[in-house]
Amino acid sequence: MSKFKKKSESTQEIPTAALPDIIFMLLFFFMVTTVMRETEVLVKQEIPRAEQLVKLEKKKLVTYLYVGEPKEPEIFGTESLVQANDAFIAIDGIVQWVNQEKDLLSEVERDQITISLKVDKDTKMGIIVDIQTELREANARKIIYAAPKKTDN
Amino acid sequence: MARSKNRGSQEVNAGSMADIAFLLLIFFLVTTQIATNKGLTLLLPPKQEEDIPDPVKQQERNIFKIQVNSLNKLMVEGETLDDPSLIGDMVYDFILNFGNISDVEKGPTGAKVSDRQTYESLPATMKAYINNSLRSDKSSDGPNAAIVSLKADRGSSYEIFIQILDQLNAAYNRVYGERVGLTDEEFRKLNRNDPRDLDLYERARSGIPKAISIAEPSKVGG
Repeated sequence: MSKFKKKSESTQEIPTAALPDIIFMLLFFFMVTTVMRETEVLVKQEIPRAEQLVKLEKKKLVTYLYVGEPKEPEIFGTESLVQANDAFIAIDGIVQWVNQEKDLLSEVERDQITISLKVDKDTKMGIIVDIQTELREANARKIIYAAPKKTDN
Repeated sequence: MARSKNRGSQEVNAGSMADIAFLLLIFFLVTTQIATNKGLTLLLPPKQEEDIPDPVKQQERNIFKIQVNSLNKLMVEGETLDDPSLIGDMVYDFILNFGNISDVEKGPTGAKVSDRQTYESLPATMKAYINNSLRSDKSSDGPNAAIVSLKADRGSSYEIFIQILDQLNAAYNRVYGERVGLTDEEFRKLNRNDPRDLDLYERARSGIPKAISIAEPSKVGG
C-alpha cells in the first residue's frame, strides 16, 4: 500500500467564484465615468480631425455650440444651423445666449468663458465667421474648435 | 420520523450573477462616450468699435497672407498652393525670419521683450538656421511684427479652414518647442499647473506672440 495518497482527486476547474466581483468592478468604473448626454444633437456632426490639439483644463467654463446641417431636413431644411443647448438659435440670438451662459458662472469666471464650436466638416465658413463676429460682440473671445486627434501617421 | 428535506446549503444561486453584471457592463460600454475637450484654441480680437480708424498699416512683408476661395483653392503669399500641409514650414520660416531686428520692446506691460532679446535667447542651432537660410528682407522683420492673416471666403469649407489652422498652430508650437529644447508635441503637453512646466511655457512664448488673424471675408465676390 502506498504511503502517499493520490492528491489529484479534486476537479481541475479554474475557480470562477471571483468572476462576478471582477465584472462588477469594471461595471462600477464605467458607471462612475459615464456622463449621460444631456443635450440631443440635432445637427450632423462629422468633425474634421486635427493634429495640434490642446486640452482644456477647466471643463466648467466650456459651453458648446453645435453647427451643421440639420439631421431632419424635412423639418429644418438643409441650410446649416446653430444649435445651443437643446434648440436651434438664430445668429442674432448668440449674444443673448452667451450672456445667459455667463450668468450661470460665478462673477470672477465670467470673462473666462470658453465657447467650444463643434462644427460639421461640410459647413461653409460664412456661418462660422458670423458666429465669431457675434461672440466678439458678446465679449466671449476664447473659443476652441473642437476636433478629435488624427488617427493616421 | 419525518426527515428534514433541507439538508443542502441555503445559498442563493449566484452562478448567473456574472452574466447579469456582464449585461450591465456591456450596456455602459456601449453608451459611454469619453468626453473630449480637445481642439484648436483661438483668441478672438476685442469688439470692433465703429468709429475708430484702422490701426497703423502693417508693412506688407510683416503679414503672411493666406486666402481661401469658395472652391477651397489656396493662395499663399500671392501664389497658389495645392497642398495645405506645406503651410506649416512656410509659416515657421516667416516667424523666425528676423529680417530687420529691432530693439523696440513690445508686449504686455511688465513683460516687454524686443526682437533682439528674443533672438539672443534662441538656441545656437536655431540661430545658425536663421542666419544661413532666412534673414530675407522680403519676409517679416521679427516675431513681434509678424502677423499671419487667414482670410477664408464665405463659401469655403470648414474642413480646409481647420487644416490650415492646424498648420499654423503646428508652426508656432514648433517655434516655441525648439526654443526651449522640446518637440512641438512635448510643448503642447506642458501642464501649466506645474510651476516648472509653466516656466518653460512662459520662456518659450515671451517675445513671440501668436498672432493669427482671422480676417473678415469680403461680402461680395468669390
